[in-house]
Amino acid sequence: MQIKTPQFKENSREALADANLQVALGKMKEGFIGRRAKARAALPEFDALRDQARDIKNHTLDNIDFYLETYEAAVTRSGGHVHWAEDAAEARQIVLDLCKRVDAKSVTKGKSMISEEIALNGALEEAGYEVVETDLGEYIIQLRKEAPSHIIAPAVHVLKEQVADDFRKHHTGLDPNRPLVERKTLISEARSVLRQKYFDADIGITGANFLIAETGSSVIVTNEGNGDMTQTLPRVHVVIASLEKIVPTLDDASAILRVLARSATGQDFSSYTTFSTGPRRAEDPDGPEEYHVILLDNGRTKMLGTEFQDMLRCIRCGACMNHCPVYGSVGGHAYGWVYPGPMGAVLTPSFIGVDQGGQLPNASTFCGRCADVCPMRIPLPKMMRAYREMEFENGLAPPAVRFGLDVWGFFASRPKLYRMVSRIGLGLLGRFGRKRGRFSRLPLASGWTDHRDMAAPPGKSFQDQWSSRGGARTVSDLKRKGETA
Amino acid sequence: MSDSRSAILGRIRAAKGRQGPLDEAKQAELRARLTGRPRGIIPTRAQGDASELVAAFSERARAVESSVAALAGLDDLPDAIADYLAQHNLPATLRVAPHDDLNPVDWAKRPTLSVSAGPSDGKDAVGVTRAFAGIAETGTLMLEAGPQAPTTLNFLPETHIVVLKRSEIVGAYEDAWDRLRDKIGPDGMLSRVVNMITGPSRTGDIEQTIELGAHGPLRLHILILENG
Repeated sequence: MQIKTPQFKENSREALADANLQVALGKMKEGFIGRRAKARAALPEFDALRDQARDIKNHTLDNIDFYLETYEAAVTRSGGHVHWAEDAAEARQIVLDLCKRVDAKSVTKGKSMISEEIALNGALEEAGYEVVETDLGEYIIQLRKEAPSHIIAPAVHVLKEQVADDFRKHHTGLDPNRPLVERKTLISEARSVLRQKYFDADIGITGANFLIAETGSSVIVTNEGNGDMTQTLPRVHVVIASLEKIVPTLDDASAILRVLARSATGQDFSSYTTFSTGPRRAEDPDGPEEYHVILLDNGRTKMLGTEFQDMLRCIRCGACMNHCPVYGSVGGHAYGWVYPGPMGAVLTPSFIGVDQGGQLPNASTFCGRCADVCPMRIPLPKMMRAYREMEFENGLAPPAVRFGLDVWGFFASRPKLYRMVSRIGLGLLGRFGRKRGRFSRLPLASGWTDHRDMAAPPGKSFQDQWSSRGGARTVSDLKRKGETA
Repeated sequence: MSDSRSAILGRIRAAKGRQGPLDEAKQAELRARLTGRPRGIIPTRAQGDASELVAAFSERARAVESSVAALAGLDDLPDAIADYLAQHNLPATLRVAPHDDLNPVDWAKRPTLSVSAGPSDGKDAVGVTRAFAGIAETGTLMLEAGPQAPTTLNFLPETHIVVLKRSEIVGAYEDAWDRLRDKIGPDGMLSRVVNMITGPSRTGDIEQTIELGAHGPLRLHILILENG
């Protein structure tokens, strides 16, 4: 996937001007936030379960080598195969080798963000395989040749009418004048078009929400059932999963599942939670003949033991982006790579480097809602701040920002001068703005005033007003007042 | 052993300040955690006596658009299914799991029903399967794959009918796992697939509005056997 993260500002400008996108984002905000709040209110233990989920994942990450080896042994025992992949290229090659060995023609896929991260579809298509995304949202964006704009609702940026146009364009065997107005009609058309694809496929690829060390199982969580058909009907099931998906036991997975769907879609539980362990057994009437797991690192082990380790607790629920004012304004594509929103603002610089992804940690107002809603209690703003500092220290911040901070730093370390200069500035602004109470244009501040007025200050700084009303200025002032009172 | 495997494990251990694997004492502690079934927080909504759990299971299953009906026993199955299908104007052609409990059912009681057993090839209108457990916490069914339980029956037919005994309804997910672990024994393997199913198939992928029947079943009908 082409990285467009460095152009975040330009991407955002386009997104803000995209009328369809703005309508779609408006609909998204109504849905996700209210549903999560309702699910949370219905479970008194919700916050305690978040603490527990955080602790389970911390315990796992502290001993992750042990749990990965235990998991691998259990998969092998069940007749499956584990392939370790250092990076995206190695993971793609493993899939391509598997396709070649079983002489595959067609590949179906359940929804997988790891597949996006390693840019698997392009590699498979280039090698001549038919690739069919089966999750409805992924299918829609595959037809549109777009990337997902949300980690759990990949087509959240697309309106119903646009889906109808796409279906008319691609489902050419059907009556061109058929009505495609209702959502139900669109869904049933996708259902019947995709149904045969499951049977035609030689290989089914899914992601994993969890890998379980106790049993060697991979777990997928879906609502549509497409993932289950993808992994049940072809001859070969390939799971692509990043290594931090590991948890110790079935109970640990269940404990985290209690906060996953509630945080993601506001459901108490998703329709289908499926635990898969190895290939078809001798007596089984259906299921794949081969079962492979690709365990991907791709930068994760480098986060272990650093201030970014907490990010490896992420269970990809999407709550942070659903509640993010920046994501809600510009949508997912502006972020320019695979992972959008606050989690993307941490993962992107972690995986593709601060030089490429450094724009994203700046795309935050630090309002803190992402951390407030994160089921795994990941301190997202703290990590974004760490990346901002890193960007500044590495000299990657733009010259204007560096100059501005230097100037501010000069004055801030000289309090008397600072007060004098701010007194002059505020006095001037106060005088010029007195009549209207606001400015529609200001020198050096067009980034603000191009889009909204700037309120005029009252003419005096807070500190001056505080003093003139007899407020204490220093600790000794305070003590003195305390004594006289 | 692949190079990538040792490189990845090596980086993990370096990040954790270790030369090699965890020491033997720590490994023993972690192994004990793996087999010890330690219980975390079990929400109050997953607790109650047997009849409370059955009521909670039914209520929560209905809340996610499953339908639920109670039967005295397996003898009533042909009537219950034939009536349900007629009521919803659905074809009376069943594909039934070859399960020990379902094999002896006398389907001939309702001659309109046309019945065959085995996995689904995608052309079946109605699948009938036997669940391993019902979980009251969220109205969730647990179904095991195996010789008597084809996975395809859970997903391909438009209508999925599941037979569950009242005594198989538990409170929490952990209770269902414990029952399954007891069944397979300490050295046993989990069935190839364990499906947790909570309502019929759905999607919110078009404009975040939930619609039923995305790829899997449009209808999920749960029959609870009172005597069992």
